[in-house]
Amino acid sequence: MNRETPSSISSVVCVKQVPDTTQVRVDPETGSLIRKGVPSIINPFDLHAVEAALDLKDKFGGHVTALSMGPPQAEEALRKILGFGIDRAILLSDRAFGGSDTLATTYALSSAIKKIAGEQPVDLVICGKQSIDGDTGQVGPGLAHRLGFSQLTYICSLKEIDFKAGVIRAWRQREDGRELLEAKLPAALTVTETCNQIRYAALPDLIAAADKPVEVWNVDDVGADRALLGIKGSPTRVKKIFAPPARQRGEILSTPGGDPGEAAALLMDRLAERGITLGGSRG
Amino acid sequence: MANNSRNNTDDSPTKPAAKKSKRTRGDTTPGDVWVVVENEGGTAGRVSWELLGKSAGLAADLGSRPAVIILGEDDERLAREAFSYGAKVAYVASHPALTPFTADPHCRALSALARKYKPEAILLGATTRGRDLASAVATNLKTGLTADCTSLEIDEETGLLKQTRPAFGGNIMATIISPDTRPQMATVRPGVFPLPEKLEGAEGEIVSSKPRLGDDLPVRQLKFIPNPPDGISLQGAKAIIAGGRGMRKAGNFSLLEELATELDGTVAASRGAVDAGWISHQRQVGQTGQTVRPVLYFAIGISGAIQHVTGMQESDVVIAINNDPDAPIFDVADFGIVGDLFDVIPALISEIRKRKAAGEPAATKKTSEQAARGARGGGE
Repeated sequence: MNRETPSSISSVVCVKQVPDTTQVRVDPETGSLIRKGVPSIINPFDLHAVEAALDLKDKFGGHVTALSMGPPQAEEALRKILGFGIDRAILLSDRAFGGSDTLATTYALSSAIKKIAGEQPVDLVICGKQSIDGDTGQVGPGLAHRLGFSQLTYICSLKEIDFKAGVIRAWRQREDGRELLEAKLPAALTVTETCNQIRYAALPDLIAAADKPVEVWNVDDVGADRALLGIKGSPTRVKKIFAPPARQRGEILSTPGGDPGEAAALLMDRLAERGITLGGSRG
Repeated sequence: MANNSRNNTDDSPTKPAAKKSKRTRGDTTPGDVWVVVENEGGTAGRVSWELLGKSAGLAADLGSRPAVIILGEDDERLAREAFSYGAKVAYVASHPALTPFTADPHCRALSALARKYKPEAILLGATTRGRDLASAVATNLKTGLTADCTSLEIDEETGLLKQTRPAFGGNIMATIISPDTRPQMATVRPGVFPLPEKLEGAEGEIVSSKPRLGDDLPVRQLKFIPNPPDGISLQGAKAIIAGGRGMRKAGNFSLLEELATELDGTVAASRGAVDAGWISHQRQVGQTGQTVRPVLYFAIGISGAIQHVTGMQESDVVIAINNDPDAPIFDVADFGIVGDLFDVIPALISEIRKRKAAGEPAATKKTSEQAARGARGGGE
């Protein structure tokens, strides 16, 4: 990184409070989610986004603002992130945001980011690559499009900021390899879990965080059009929710304390009955 | 060319002509069902043809046509390949700015085509580039997008695309519709739908265009480093031998390699084994890995968390080997062996070798991709 350039990088990090999906269960009778007792956590990928923003701030100076949209209790998530040493935390909370799909969500978040950009520079918007409850990965690119920022998704490593050229260079993880991309600033990034190691909150930051407020903004604060928010502003509708279709439990081929060789032979017989004979070229 | 172009270049708004509460096949012609081809330097991603197979069925239900979008260089080879997999129309937009893929020019090119030709639906692979592009285009067109669909069908009453996907880490399925906006957009992971049969020499209509994209792009690719060619291909593998935490250490995966060699299969892993650092993420099956649908899936030392099952439940035959009789993997397995995998796998390997030596037919019987899918044409 070029440390001599007297410039800074200010970021807005989008974070989401999500149910810990590893602990969500479905009621087999009703097919509905059992959310009771399921802890809320910060979306794990978003913590890497926070780290990326703080890392850039450590290197170049600048501001880090965390932005979250959610119910009032999402303040808890922002308060935790304040402990990592971010400068400002904003919770977008209003009944009008409820029921927003990703299109309405990016409208709400981009309205807030535009307001933030009116008050301080915003060079980067950083998101996790996807949330663990929705799993869509649509919010980051949607924000890039709405803000007119360069779109950089699945970033697995930040290489450098070239202030002179006004670009960021970063590695993007694809299925078939990695590509080094150069994007004009401002840019909207989504980061993967390999992007960095999440820091532990330092004691002075934790103490300072206790005094920092979480600002709460409503629809009017960000000047958003209610018709484009919530269910009204969402083109998608959930028509039906149901428990995943289960495969049938099959046959157990072994007996307790039985001979593995017998079980293996039985398995081969069963597969042959199904018309599957094993092994290919090496027969 | 085999098909005549319909008059779909009028300037009606993006929204459907009338809110369809009933199907109105007579007065408003439904638009085509598009698949955006993953064009990597003139080679199509397999997922594109998987989606094309699905779009043909959807278009038939709607009374419209399956079409492909090919963005990149001026090359009709891909269009002809698309026709052989069932496309009736290929929209080929060529411009230097479209290669290599970056989101912005692709978004502009695809949005322009969608505004002009008004497709009923656009399907893309749920890959890093498909998700990237779909999100930008849906935002641009202000339309609905559903990620990672595992089932797509046309509602008989309304003609709407019913898009079913897992949510909350696969714990629940949701069927999503976009009633009022067009196109209805969806992404689907590779391996969810079967590859359609290929009919060499099938014809279709090619609609070529040269989008005005300029050369001042917000994002440029400076370098691409492909994955080392170590032969990993979970997509299309006939047999997958997956190991989990029960493998205990990286070195024990050699046992699975040995079994894979006998079965002409590929070694894969659960998230537990990948997180433990025993095997690369490229081999991970499940919610945060890949979706696979082999003929044979061995789950070895894998407990069977829903996040894993989501990625392998479309396999034809699932075999679970685990020492815990209560492991949930047995609930989704066709055949289960309760026992120590370090006893069972060597026994299995020697049994296979014994049968081969005895001269039993030694090839996986089902050869055609279609037949290999068997009766479970999952996700249909």
